[in-house]
Amino acid sequence: MAVTVFKKPEALSSAITHYCPGCTHGIIHRLVAESLDELGLRERTVGVAPVGCAVLAYNYFNVDFQEAAHGRAPAMATGLKRTRPNLIVFTYQGDGDLASIGTGEILHAANRGEKITVVFVNNAIYGMTGGQLAPTTMPKQVTTTTPAGRDVSEVGMPMRVSELLATLRTPSYIARVAVHRPRHVVEAKRCLKKAFAYQAAGRCFTLVEFLSTCPTNWGLTPTDSLHWLERNMLDYYPLGEFKSPEEA
Amino acid sequence: MGKKVLMKGNEAIGEAAILAGCRAYFCYPITPQTEVAEYLAKRMPEVGGVFLQGESEVAVGYMLFGAAAGGSKVFSTSSSPGISLMSEALSYIACAELPVVLVNVMRNGPGLGGILPAQADYHQATRGGGHGDYKVIVLAPATVQEAVDHMLLGFELAEKHRNPVMLVADGMIGQMMEPVELPEADTPRSPLTPGHEDWATVGARGRGQHLVKTLFLNPDAAFAHNQKLRAKYDRIEAEEVRYEEVGTDRDLDVLIVSFGTMARICKTSMATLEERGVRTGMMRPISLYPFPYARLRELAARARLVVSVELSMGQLVDDVRMGVEGKAPVRWYGKAGGLVPTPQEVVDAVTAMRRE
Amino acid sequence: MSKVTVEKDRCKGCGLCVAACPQKVLEMSQDINLKGYFFAKPVRPRHCIGCRICGVTCPDVAITVAVNGTLYHHFAY
Repeated sequence: MAVTVFKKPEALSSAITHYCPGCTHGIIHRLVAESLDELGLRERTVGVAPVGCAVLAYNYFNVDFQEAAHGRAPAMATGLKRTRPNLIVFTYQGDGDLASIGTGEILHAANRGEKITVVFVNNAIYGMTGGQLAPTTMPKQVTTTTPAGRDVSEVGMPMRVSELLATLRTPSYIARVAVHRPRHVVEAKRCLKKAFAYQAAGRCFTLVEFLSTCPTNWGLTPTDSLHWLERNMLDYYPLGEFKSPEEA
Repeated sequence: MGKKVLMKGNEAIGEAAILAGCRAYFCYPITPQTEVAEYLAKRMPEVGGVFLQGESEVAVGYMLFGAAAGGSKVFSTSSSPGISLMSEALSYIACAELPVVLVNVMRNGPGLGGILPAQADYHQATRGGGHGDYKVIVLAPATVQEAVDHMLLGFELAEKHRNPVMLVADGMIGQMMEPVELPEADTPRSPLTPGHEDWATVGARGRGQHLVKTLFLNPDAAFAHNQKLRAKYDRIEAEEVRYEEVGTDRDLDVLIVSFGTMARICKTSMATLEERGVRTGMMRPISLYPFPYARLRELAARARLVVSVELSMGQLVDDVRMGVEGKAPVRWYGKAGGLVPTPQEVVDAVTAMRRE
Repeated sequence: MSKVTVEKDRCKGCGLCVAACPQKVLEMSQDINLKGYFFAKPVRPRHCIGCRICGVTCPDVAITVAVNGTLYHHFAY
């Protein structure tokens, strides 16, 4: 008698995504859907989609969705959550959306302690627009707007969002995870589910930063991209839980 | 019959929103409208509503989107530079067909400008403010009472047409105190937009996804959406034109077109001109979009001169010219910088124009 | 007995599952699917231990894992 032990979660639609082969957006989408299913939150969840590769995220989830302007998802989520506090509200944002144009919105949503969950996908590059510099791009990394590699004397060092937000005094749950190896994916799911659970308990602002790959714009195969992330991003962007609301 | 109270314009605007059933207000301080925020900071919690000062007008614009897309009545107030910051959000709100009420307590510009009254956001308001093909319904109160009435009307129109509505109140209306009759509702109005169950993002229990978006990558779908919006604006233009006329039931030497507090000043000027034998009438547009072009064309046909009087360097006059359609010469008179013409200055300007 | 099923027309040929499987159950096919991708397929199905690592790693939810009998849970998921 065969028992299915792994299948598509209910909160994920059956649509085949537009993401590139090997793009870790697909893994992260599934983790969000699995968390919502396992916590029984699907029917009262609303997602806020970004501008970036995930602009069509609303096609891949069986939950209500709003579509935000670039960087503004935390503000939209604030407006929705404040007026409908019983909803589970999450934003899904890339490194351009959250760490470039949206720095004001994410900082203040976190500082005010908006009880939302932010899924932050950090792949050190701008994907949708074809591979430009991101605030999270690594030193010497080649992008279309830094063709000679990121020169930190010109544009500064990469931005570590989790550490930055962890310095705020308002209680929150801030974690950085990776999805380049199955054991990291398992840990990533644990942190993400914890974040949604905090929101379901009405506890605090939650953000999980996912170190992710972008094979197309990094110019690497999907499997080589996993190695690139491991070699180049893990030291600078350490994994872990940076802040928990239990710390008083 | 409601009770009559002496109220400051900004506070009356805040109270009117509460009377309309609105229980959500997001804001950012900017002179000369900050008193609305300060009033509602105390009043909203009293009625169990949401009050939040956001980090910028940019963010506030999108908080309005988020709340409105969740089915809640919501509004904000700002002043000229802040409205500029909200303009991108207005484009998104109009595209998504969300009911939102916005108040622009206008100050002088451009740039940082000053904190004195002006009407120089006319083009910005009537042409939508942001990018793309869309319109915002624009109402221009001339008294604090009208500001209250227009707030209630604004929420009605926003819901009826699923469109943003903007009240443009020049700075004086926000600041001055006048007796106001606050209408009482028979039953308290709902804080939720009627009909929101069909489209709002409130959780997909037992139904398919509700999606509030503005992205249309497919050109046919994008065109179809624009045609739907255009059909709506055609309906608005047919149904929601509002204006007031004074002394226009005869042939005129001068037809003045003016709105807001400037129109009140012009009424005094009209009396002086009438004493001098100048047959003067005034048309006061109340809806700036939709603009009363048709009525203006009728009046211009029996006027020898049309003068737009405004607290700007000539914006209303463009719509006046379009309405007059060449049936009479059109001139404009106005001041900027927060300077407000006196009734005599208007009289002198009109007199000089008649001699040309 | 464990069984891995790859829905071939969902697969984008990224190869992450092939690299991740500890039992080398999966390989990239020489055939292409509807979209022209070489898709993953189980070539050593009897080696499958039902660990679900392939499903966990697949970005396209193309993989389903079913087991018969007692499953040794390698990790909580």
